[in-house]
Amino acid sequence: MNESLLSTVGRRARALRSMRRGPARYSAFDLVRRGALHQDWPRSFTQHDLKTSYDAVVIGAGVHGLATAYYLAANHGMTNVAVLDKAYIGAGGSGRNTAIVRSNYLTPEGVRFYDRSVKLYENLAVDLNFNVMFSQRGHLTLAHNDSSLRTMRWRAEVNKLQGIDSEVIGPEHISRLVPYLDVSPEARYPVLGALYHPPGGTIRHDAVNWGYARAAEHLGVHIHQYTEVTAVHIESDRVTGVSTNRGDISAPVVVNCTAGWASTVCDLAGVRLPLITHPLQAAVTEPVKVFLKAVVVSGSLHVYVSQTDRGELVFGASVDPYPSYSMRGSLEFTEELAGHVLELMPSIAKLRVLRQWAGLCDMTPDYSPIMGVTPVDGFLVDVGWGTYGYKAGPVAGEAMAELVATGKTPEIISAFDLARFAEGRLVGEKGAAAVGH
Amino acid sequence: MIRIPCPHCSARNSAEFRHVGESATRPDPSTVTPEQWRAYLYERSNPAGWTTETWFHTVGCRRYITVERHTVTNEIRAARPAGRDGRGGREPAEVLSTRADSGSPDAGGQA
Repeated sequence: MNESLLSTVGRRARALRSMRRGPARYSAFDLVRRGALHQDWPRSFTQHDLKTSYDAVVIGAGVHGLATAYYLAANHGMTNVAVLDKAYIGAGGSGRNTAIVRSNYLTPEGVRFYDRSVKLYENLAVDLNFNVMFSQRGHLTLAHNDSSLRTMRWRAEVNKLQGIDSEVIGPEHISRLVPYLDVSPEARYPVLGALYHPPGGTIRHDAVNWGYARAAEHLGVHIHQYTEVTAVHIESDRVTGVSTNRGDISAPVVVNCTAGWASTVCDLAGVRLPLITHPLQAAVTEPVKVFLKAVVVSGSLHVYVSQTDRGELVFGASVDPYPSYSMRGSLEFTEELAGHVLELMPSIAKLRVLRQWAGLCDMTPDYSPIMGVTPVDGFLVDVGWGTYGYKAGPVAGEAMAELVATGKTPEIISAFDLARFAEGRLVGEKGAAAVGH
Repeated sequence: MIRIPCPHCSARNSAEFRHVGESATRPDPSTVTPEQWRAYLYERSNPAGWTTETWFHTVGCRRYITVERHTVTNEIRAARPAGRDGRGGREPAEVLSTRADSGSPDAGGQA
């Protein structure tokens, strides 16, 4: 008993000290100083006791949940906020995606929304004082037939109208940007052109998760890992709190940011969603010398490729052909993927696959997310992230935080409401979101 | 890979099948409201657990079957011919339970 009392006192004292000092700044100077003095870095976040009441509870400690909590504290001064996750930070899709960021979508609503996300990502390292390794290396979506090329032209025009750097380029320009790509007319799927999006690129997804978690924690947000929500409490169509495996919490607002598991959490609140959860697999090769700068996507071949700073080639594909919550890899996936990749780059045939994994995608019928209010007052959703959730993390967090704090749905997400399915105004984004990440 | 015990053809690789969707009962078109119809079109239980769903044996018997599958483990505990006649006849309600606008999310060549 004494021990636990002491540890509680110790933890409180440490928390107070860290609040007085503010967050440890990460800088080149500090790196040298701590190196020279053999000083350890302070812990980035602490394990808090679960309080019985919060002003808002966010379910899901992935990029969406953490960003929502961060912007609630940073933009709206709401710091009495808890982020709950049944596993650890970034255990779901936020740590499993292929980390591609872009905004060259098809619908005006989508383009505007994802562009805001790219803008936030551009300044995120400074905002969070955390190196998120955002590399705007250019993004190419290949067209192998006339109808794909037509969609690319359509997208380029929609993009340009919104002020986004996006254009259709021909095979010669493509081969200059992507060495080793087979652009010969003899290829089985000849490359006719590509939608080139220079601001697109890749990011270190774990760094984004950790950066948001660290920044939110320093503003006073509680992040509770391994805290599974087991019930959502509702009184006369109004949310009043949640039960977890660590105790009950009362809260006037609950935000569901659980992506692949969104249906299971909404089920607790009795909210029906138009979601189907599919696994999406990805794979990575052994590292080789850096040769591929741009991100290359082929919708026809169901594949996208980028090279990490370590030299590994990261491949992703389309979702598995049947819904499942299983995250096991399959041999069929690797075989099909390898075949498709070699259609594009025959010269990498000797590269070995290092590992493969799967994440869960909550697919919507129109390939756009579902954000905002539900029939249960105070129970908000930020779900339906399918295969495009990571690139939207910051803007989704910003918009959901505004909705929680002001009670009004921000204009940038008004088209993505749950009611659109009952009212028949879907936001068809399949032409730009189905495979091209 | 999962193997589906087709009641007509025995256990086969799931690659031989097309996943049609969760089994659902179509509301009566003459009395349904637009909201109810759209709920039927779009809303899904999407459970992490046992589910009853329709598959089509594309490169086998080309018949619809009803399968009970656990979505977390992919274990299958039952498979029977779909349809009211119990002989694999096409049941309109189940055929129509696929998503109306996009079909399979395994995207075709138009991304």
